[in-house]
Amino acid sequence: MTAYLRPRDLDEALAARAAHPDWMVLAGATDLMVNANHRAAPTGILDLWRLAPICFVRAADGEIAIGAGATWLEVERDAAVCTHLAPLAAAAREIGALQIQARATLGGNVGTSSPVGDSLPVLLALDAELEVASVRGRRRVPYREWCTGYRTTRLAADELIVAAHLPLPGPTTRTVWRKVGTRRAQSISKVMGAAAITLDGDVVIDARVALGAIADRPVRIAAVEAAVRGQRLADAAHAARAAVGPAIQPIDDVRSTASYRREVAENLVARFFHGMMQRADR
Amino acid sequence: MFDVDAALAGAQRLFDAGHGVNVFKQFVIRKGHASDAELDAVFAGAAHVIEGSYATSPQEQMYVEPQAMMAWWRDGRCHIVGSMQCPFYVHKAMKVLLACGADDVEIAQSVTGGGFGGKEEYPSMIAAHVALLARKAGRAVKMVYDRDEDIAATTKRHPCWTRHRLAVDARGELCAIDIDVVMDGGAYLTLSPVVLSRGVLHAAGPYRCPVVRVRGRVVATNHPPHGAFRGFGAPQTTFAYERQIQKLARLRGEDALALRKRLALRAGDTTATGQLLGASVGTDEVFAAIESVAGRPPVRDGVNAHGAPVRRGRGVCFYFHGAGFTGSGEQRLAGRATVAVGRNGFEVRSSSTDIGQGAITIFTQIAAAALGVDPAHIAVVDPTTSRVPDSGPTVASRTCMVVGAVIDRAARVLRRRLEAWGAERGTSGPLVELARAYAAEPCAELAETATYEPPPGIAWDDATYTGAAYPVYGWAACLVDVEIDLDTCEARVLRCVQAVDVGKAINPAIVRGQIEGGTLQALGWALLENVVYRDGKVANANMTNCIVPTFADAPELETLLVEVPYPFGPSGAKGVGEIPMDGPAAAVANAVEDALGVAFDELPISPEAIAATRPRWRLP
Repeated sequence: MTAYLRPRDLDEALAARAAHPDWMVLAGATDLMVNANHRAAPTGILDLWRLAPICFVRAADGEIAIGAGATWLEVERDAAVCTHLAPLAAAAREIGALQIQARATLGGNVGTSSPVGDSLPVLLALDAELEVASVRGRRRVPYREWCTGYRTTRLAADELIVAAHLPLPGPTTRTVWRKVGTRRAQSISKVMGAAAITLDGDVVIDARVALGAIADRPVRIAAVEAAVRGQRLADAAHAARAAVGPAIQPIDDVRSTASYRREVAENLVARFFHGMMQRADR
Repeated sequence: MFDVDAALAGAQRLFDAGHGVNVFKQFVIRKGHASDAELDAVFAGAAHVIEGSYATSPQEQMYVEPQAMMAWWRDGRCHIVGSMQCPFYVHKAMKVLLACGADDVEIAQSVTGGGFGGKEEYPSMIAAHVALLARKAGRAVKMVYDRDEDIAATTKRHPCWTRHRLAVDARGELCAIDIDVVMDGGAYLTLSPVVLSRGVLHAAGPYRCPVVRVRGRVVATNHPPHGAFRGFGAPQTTFAYERQIQKLARLRGEDALALRKRLALRAGDTTATGQLLGASVGTDEVFAAIESVAGRPPVRDGVNAHGAPVRRGRGVCFYFHGAGFTGSGEQRLAGRATVAVGRNGFEVRSSSTDIGQGAITIFTQIAAAALGVDPAHIAVVDPTTSRVPDSGPTVASRTCMVVGAVIDRAARVLRRRLEAWGAERGTSGPLVELARAYAAEPCAELAETATYEPPPGIAWDDATYTGAAYPVYGWAACLVDVEIDLDTCEARVLRCVQAVDVGKAINPAIVRGQIEGGTLQALGWALLENVVYRDGKVANANMTNCIVPTFADAPELETLLVEVPYPFGPSGAKGVGEIPMDGPAAAVANAVEDALGVAFDELPISPEAIAATRPRWRLP
């Protein structure tokens, strides 16, 4: 029998997490139902679905904070997210079907930390910071340091994810995103990329470039970021393409091939810069 | 042993029944030549010979509910209910398994969400399991496959390899066609011989050619078994011949549609099996329909919503599909259907299942028209084997055309009998009133059972594979515009037009539904569906990775109904269920080739496959 607890508040949730670190933390149950066919049932379930203190999307103080329990439907329908963090809203719309988006949460995506999690490269490009809590207290972890390997993170066994904090991009920063899946809807990514690029005219001042599905975890591509800094967009596109290849480790699987993922990753990253050049022309 | 070449080389001996080691079945068709030497001479004298090798992938039916069956025993009688296309196939299997009489086992169909051939063979297997378990257990036993079990174990479309040689003279007329078809049957025999038969019978295509040789083999391997799937072997060989015809058009610099129109079969021509085509050859009407809407090809180059450069192209194809069973199959089966006076009007009884394709609606319309009554007075009864005659399986594009014609005939006779009964009693009036009056009488049920009658002049020789392979054919043309994202190599279908000669669309909405569904299934097969085998097992046995198109993947489908009536179908109707599956994959391949200047001779034309050709693209 699987034990089950649905805490009434965050304190009770943190106490239960400390007492039962082996229990599965549950929100929308979208991963649980997939795993039901493949993995042993968890010894216990800590059900955080609709736990009020972590269900919010809030814009304040130059950032947007999204509670771990907010669903992707809530994220994609939030006016501030759509205005300031368009790639995150777009990524949310690509997570499964509408029914899944109405159940799946930010905390679930970040906690499961699948290499193909649709929101994760966007969180990297937007320089998110995660807020986690335990009975020991609260701390913040930059999302770029969060993923430690295949589906592993820096979340301690007694911690819960509370929220993601996303700084609003500045007026000269453009954000872009693209997912390449197995089909046009309800698909698993073969490659996805996201970028936040800060420009002075057509010169790249700074860039954060992230890719998903091309390594054991979603990754920032530091080599690209270094290569494009100070470059004009046209040169940046070339430099970015050249820097992607050595920085990623795509694999062959039933969904695609390593060589395709490599080629498309290069094309996507180059297009992020090249596409901004076209926009700057207008 | 997962490779057909290894199987043919006899790497292991899995099967040998005299057709060659590991060959489940072989067919050879010869037209216009007595020996291989004569054939070779025609090729030697040809102005051009086009040679090609083509490979098509396995495909999962992905019907709505997985395979499911329940059995229970009462008073020594076995009752089975489940998801299926063909109640009497299950009935026949249970009679053998249980060594019992026809009345000792009853098969009922539960609501079935599509079959596409996948609910044709396998239900008998699970019925056997639950029947035996229920007898042993002494209570009802139900077995429902999980989706992963279903994908891993049940039959799929045969992967197929076709070598095709086309000899043409200086004027561009076809002199000879030589085809070698090899299908992977998997580990069990299944319906592979029949699938192969339809494959080879369609392999030469709907084109005039005096000399044809087709050799087909289906071989045993250690793959999960392949079997029936909408199109039934024809989509595989259609892909090959329509790629070949496209190569001929490129070679000659001739318009793709005009060349097909020039070479197409018409009434008075003979097919590869020497069948003289008579009535209901919609070639010209189908071409006229496509030409009327074709318009200009898409603009070559552009940029899509992602800012990526795109390249566009157009492809066409022309194809045909034999309706009903192959050869003398319908005569052997002698399907029967009954129309009877019921308590509230009339009953139609047949074993044809409605699996979402609209059989109940069509039968209602056919019976109502033949009886001259409102469709509200027609009840199509459930196809439970104890209640209906055997009208045959729900397969082979035969339900409306073949069973519908039998129902039509039974209804007309019943109408005359009822009117005669009324005349004897001195009653006239609407037929429904007569039926009510009859039902109120304490006399025997008034029912008329008709049996299939072959159209006159139809002869088929199974020994030589010559003659009328099918009583009639559907004819179709397809036009596809594609756009390839040059960053991701994804091919997106912008437009897909299908013009299909269906004889007569008894219910146009249903016919359009059949064509659109089959077209999308074909586009999926062309571009993104696949069953991935690793070490002989299905490596993508789930709906996450064994994908089918979503509505987001579906282009605007333009369906043009062409009606060149078949004199022996109900109101002129002929088969439509399978034909839309046959052609679109070749049209997609032709369109992608048009866009990129590179041949695509294998399915699926996945982004990975397109990306692999990038060094050979011919862009301006």
